[in-house]
Amino acid sequence: MPRPLRSSEKRLVKGNEALALGAIASGVECFFGYPITPQNEIPEILSDLMPKLGRVFLQAESEVASINMVYGAAAAGHRAMTSSSSPGISLMMEGVSYIAGSRLPCLIVNVMRGGPGLGNIAPSQSDYYQACKGGGHGDYHSIVLAPWNVQEMFEFPLLGFDLADRYRMPTIILADAVLGSMLEPAVVPDVFSPLMRMEKDWATTGRGTRSHKNIINSLLLDPVELCAHNELLQAVYREARREIMVDQRFCEDADYLLVAFGIAARVALSAIRLLRKEGIRIGLFRPITLYPFPTEQLVSAATHVRSVFDFELNSGQMLDDVRLAINGHCPVEFYGKMGGVLPGPEELAGEIKKRIRNEGDIL
Amino acid sequence: MSAVSEATCQEDVECVFERPDAMSDKPLHYCPGCTHGIIHRLVGEMIDEFGVFDRTVGVCPVGCAVFAYEYFNFDSIQASHGRAPAVATAVKRCDPRRFVFTYQGDGDLASIGMAETIHAAARGEHITVFFVNNGIYGMTGGQMAPTSLIGQTTTTSPAGRSEARTGAPIDVCKLLQSLPGVAFLARVPITSPKNINTARKYMRKAMQAQLNNEGFALVEFLSTCPVQWHMTPIDSMRYIDSTVTHTFPPGIFVDRVDTSGAPSASSCVEKEKSLP
Repeated sequence: MPRPLRSSEKRLVKGNEALALGAIASGVECFFGYPITPQNEIPEILSDLMPKLGRVFLQAESEVASINMVYGAAAAGHRAMTSSSSPGISLMMEGVSYIAGSRLPCLIVNVMRGGPGLGNIAPSQSDYYQACKGGGHGDYHSIVLAPWNVQEMFEFPLLGFDLADRYRMPTIILADAVLGSMLEPAVVPDVFSPLMRMEKDWATTGRGTRSHKNIINSLLLDPVELCAHNELLQAVYREARREIMVDQRFCEDADYLLVAFGIAARVALSAIRLLRKEGIRIGLFRPITLYPFPTEQLVSAATHVRSVFDFELNSGQMLDDVRLAINGHCPVEFYGKMGGVLPGPEELAGEIKKRIRNEGDIL
Repeated sequence: MSAVSEATCQEDVECVFERPDAMSDKPLHYCPGCTHGIIHRLVGEMIDEFGVFDRTVGVCPVGCAVFAYEYFNFDSIQASHGRAPAVATAVKRCDPRRFVFTYQGDGDLASIGMAETIHAAARGEHITVFFVNNGIYGMTGGQMAPTSLIGQTTTTSPAGRSEARTGAPIDVCKLLQSLPGVAFLARVPITSPKNINTARKYMRKAMQAQLNNEGFALVEFLSTCPVQWHMTPIDSMRYIDSTVTHTFPPGIFVDRVDTSGAPSASSCVEKEKSLP
């Protein structure tokens, strides 16, 4: 697949713009989407660039249509993507289940906003469950990548498509309103190598000279057959665990571990710097792949710590996975804000200090 | 040529009727008297006739024809309920050399998938839609459809469909008629050899519309459901001609297809750049 041309020059880029350019660089052949804030720069930029590059951009009539267009394009063997924000992603869930059931690769970007319902357009991480635990009906998962800066917003579409194609499953990039809207220096080339199409022998490209027909389908009426298909999906998910990615900082000497993903991990890193100045040895554990979750990596990072803190912009959704990994080995404390409120590093550091002072109670 | 037709066509006997190459040997699962089998065959005939077998992608619905992909030999995609036009849109746009059609029932196309139907037509997508209207949800047990007739008894309108409570049946052809993106639109009852020949004529136009890159094309087939209508197959066909056609008059609603150079199976390769 095409790679972006090398350019080492940093420039100020908005997160959504970086993601759109990253999608182009990843070799995306088609984009289907429906307007929703706070991700609109992604379709706006792609509506300009994609036709110029001879690729497909289509504004669909709804998110339901968007994801089914992604399904069709992916079935026909193309690198297909959509982007949306929380309420729009909810509308897509049936389609994602079909995509997972039919073992199709695709890329879905969720620039998360506050919920439930119409909520607001402020940053939130409250779609962790939906992204990581399936979201639609049936026993399925998507690979979930959580960028924490504009550079990763540019790089993750390529990573996401490569993983999706390797395992024939959807990849979700789980960003948020801050990551989408903030300007940051990043290396984001805007000149790209030509598109090269990947051969997919299972795709419904039109039969051509192939000796057999291809069918893309998730209907298996025989329970034994559907059970076997589900076993295969689960085997693929186990296989995908080799792709787990984690970012660990200040963990070598840590007495405490702070777990956070995405924009919350940026706040967490700043809080850690404040706490370290006060002599509190605390490290950052940032899962980059939220699914598959870095369970073993967390266990090993937490072996010698006194307690683990989990910080999220939700009610504690990743907390379930953190607690399952720690499995009672040490106390797990949670701090989070919902509804689009983004606590600053001082607030988080203060909260952590308070809990450490009360450690006797925790333990 | 399929294995069955090879076995039955012997050298000293002239073969006058056989299964289209585009169709597989799999026995159809449809109920006795259901016209899905006839319409499947017509689709197969068209794919053979236009020589587009190798670049055809069929999009199957949710409903009685959910297994349509089993009965054809070309590539097929199973779409979720109502979304076939969205799926077909993407398959066609990503490679305009393909011949892409959807095969949908009335619940799929005119109820849950109405938005996808109207918007694919409005955009003038270069896809061909085969719309099988039997006025009922056959597979799920005979519930009321958006195309059920006023007074029609179904499992969810046991006292007969009431216009006051559930509105009037939706005439899809009339509804789509106003959209400039539509290149061909016609309705035909599948009730007699004569009407089946008319269906062939309409389907040729609907195929040609796509091969000419002229826009969205749809053929609506007035189809039987003897089991859920509680009628014999013969009575079902008579019922279409005597009653259903009053609500859904057959005929051509839109025809902007240029047939001067037809048939030209290669024309869509030549014109592949002219996207809608």
